[in-house]
Amino acid sequence: MGDALLEVQDLVVEYAGAGRPVVAVDRVSLSLRRGEFLGLVGESGCGKSTLCFAVAQLLLPPARVASGRVLFKGRDLAQIGERELRHVRWREFSVVMQSAMNALNPVMTIGAQLRDAIAAHERVAGRDANARAAEVLRLVGIDALHLRSYPHQLSGGMRQRAMIAMALVFTPDLIVMDEPTSALDVVGQRALMAQIKGLQRRFGFAVLFVTHDMSLVGRYSDRLAIMYAGQIVELGATEAIFAQPRHPYSQGLLMAFPSISGPRQHLQGIPGQPPDLREPPAGCRFHPRCPRVLERCRTQAPPPCAPRGDDLVLCHLYTPKEAERGRLSTAP
Amino acid sequence: MDGSAPLLEARGLTKHFRLGGPFSRRLLHAVDDVDLAIGRREIVAVVGESGSGKSTVARLLALVYRPTRGEIRYRGEPVAGLRSRSQMLAYRGHVQMVFQDPYSALNPVYPAAHGLLRALRLHRGESGRHGREEAAARLLASVGLTPPGEFLRKYPFELSGGQRQRIGFAQALACGPELILADEPVSMLDVSIRLGILNLMAELRDRDGVSFLYITHDIASARYVADRIAVMYAGHLVESGPAEAVLAHPRHPYTRLLLAAVPDPRAPAGAEPSDEVAEPPRVVDPGQGCRFRPRCPYAVAECARLTPRPRPVGAGHLAACHVAEADE
Repeated sequence: MGDALLEVQDLVVEYAGAGRPVVAVDRVSLSLRRGEFLGLVGESGCGKSTLCFAVAQLLLPPARVASGRVLFKGRDLAQIGERELRHVRWREFSVVMQSAMNALNPVMTIGAQLRDAIAAHERVAGRDANARAAEVLRLVGIDALHLRSYPHQLSGGMRQRAMIAMALVFTPDLIVMDEPTSALDVVGQRALMAQIKGLQRRFGFAVLFVTHDMSLVGRYSDRLAIMYAGQIVELGATEAIFAQPRHPYSQGLLMAFPSISGPRQHLQGIPGQPPDLREPPAGCRFHPRCPRVLERCRTQAPPPCAPRGDDLVLCHLYTPKEAERGRLSTAP
Repeated sequence: MDGSAPLLEARGLTKHFRLGGPFSRRLLHAVDDVDLAIGRREIVAVVGESGSGKSTVARLLALVYRPTRGEIRYRGEPVAGLRSRSQMLAYRGHVQMVFQDPYSALNPVYPAAHGLLRALRLHRGESGRHGREEAAARLLASVGLTPPGEFLRKYPFELSGGQRQRIGFAQALACGPELILADEPVSMLDVSIRLGILNLMAELRDRDGVSFLYITHDIASARYVADRIAVMYAGHLVESGPAEAVLAHPRHPYTRLLLAAVPDPRAPAGAEPSDEVAEPPRVVDPGQGCRFRPRCPYAVAECARLTPRPRPVGAGHLAACHVAEADE
């Protein structure tokens, strides 16, 4: 994959604690092509936000990358110095945080915060910075009049869009979005998603979109990565996963949404609850909740396998024969 | 007591909040002129976006707020007539509430079952500790927390969000309620846990005959669990009726917008959504007229002049819209 914009290779992120470190991201590999929209789906505590922070090199102790690499445009982000990282971060990739309420400074106007972000990464005249700030606000559908507004004067949706405007000030190649819509209701969520997609079409940036709501990204993402208990358990084209989810967890997630069309049917959801990552279950981490559990699931961790092209499924149901397994685990 | 009256009924329910300082005359119209009835053994869903007034309705019915205007009747009797402490206690026992955030609804320094045991003493007069613990264990088992003995001793931090919310339901059930007002009980929970709570509501209705007012912004979950659906917009009730009728034949343009915004996992490649940027409606001193008209594609001159009142558009199906047409 020569055109990979972002490559995460066997990444392990740990949180140091009193006892053994907690492994929040466990041997995760994924890649993102230029202009691609990848949805990263998982429940709370599955490590999806930690993965995002690791990609953006924003982890703070006690979290640390124990092994693995994050390559952005072929460069290992952990190896380049803080000064160069500052240059790359925001100009080439930016991050939209989960809670716009907390990510915006309540005592600074939106315009001042946008100008701040611009000035931190580029030497520009005040007037040009202001013009750029007005331009990005207009891009996300906010009147330039709000440059002088404080965050509390904007609605939740507008604040979230102001955060996206801030991520757009340098038109980066990659924007990492950590649940940007979770504070909005359905109508607002949908409007924001449509807007993100429109901006993506126009500027061609890639998006790593983290969410707990699979149905939200179904319409917009090119590929989906389903994360459970620190691991990516399924990765593939969005339509393929929606049409034929492989991993029992993905199947359960898809069946967990009541539909507004078709007959009203009784749904079960997924029994039990996600595991405590301090004591992950032996074998496959999903086995205590899995309706199709096999004997070996209880003791052996499933190896990654690829039943379809460059997809990935982490499940014994799809494990090929031993010989083939060896070949697959060494393939890129 | 009137046997034919609905369990709980609100007529012309209105709540205005004063904004600004003590001399301010600006009024926030949180709820305006809402008629709502909840029958026995029935789940009624109130659906709307944030700020639509749906939580205010629940709090009015729970007597947390005093209505600005309008009347609430419980089994045909006006609740404004409840005066004594014992009458209030009886009403609060019959009409219980479950809150949105199971993380802040339980006191972290007491075992999670503390509120449950307290409710048993207050409302059921269970004076013996042993009797209370036995009753609490039965309730915990009935909301799917097994083995109950273990959950009696656990503290909130030892429980997951879904388990905390089940404690919330057990606590409500401890009073032997006929109606539970559930304010967004699943919105803070993980997707894989939500269905369990919705199924629990349906089970409590079918097995124990408990009615629910289910407040939500998720119309798909309302359809899944509710017998009837009421849609609120900016403090007005804009449409109500049997769940299937409202979903299959939405009459109010807002209900249609809401339905169009629902991502349907079974049909991910649906029509491209409109680029409409949703803005919360203005409910400070709103004046006359339909509050949805600035966003409505069908608005006519009359919509600005006259507030539409709910009128029948089908069997048990009402819509408050000048333009909406009835079933053929």
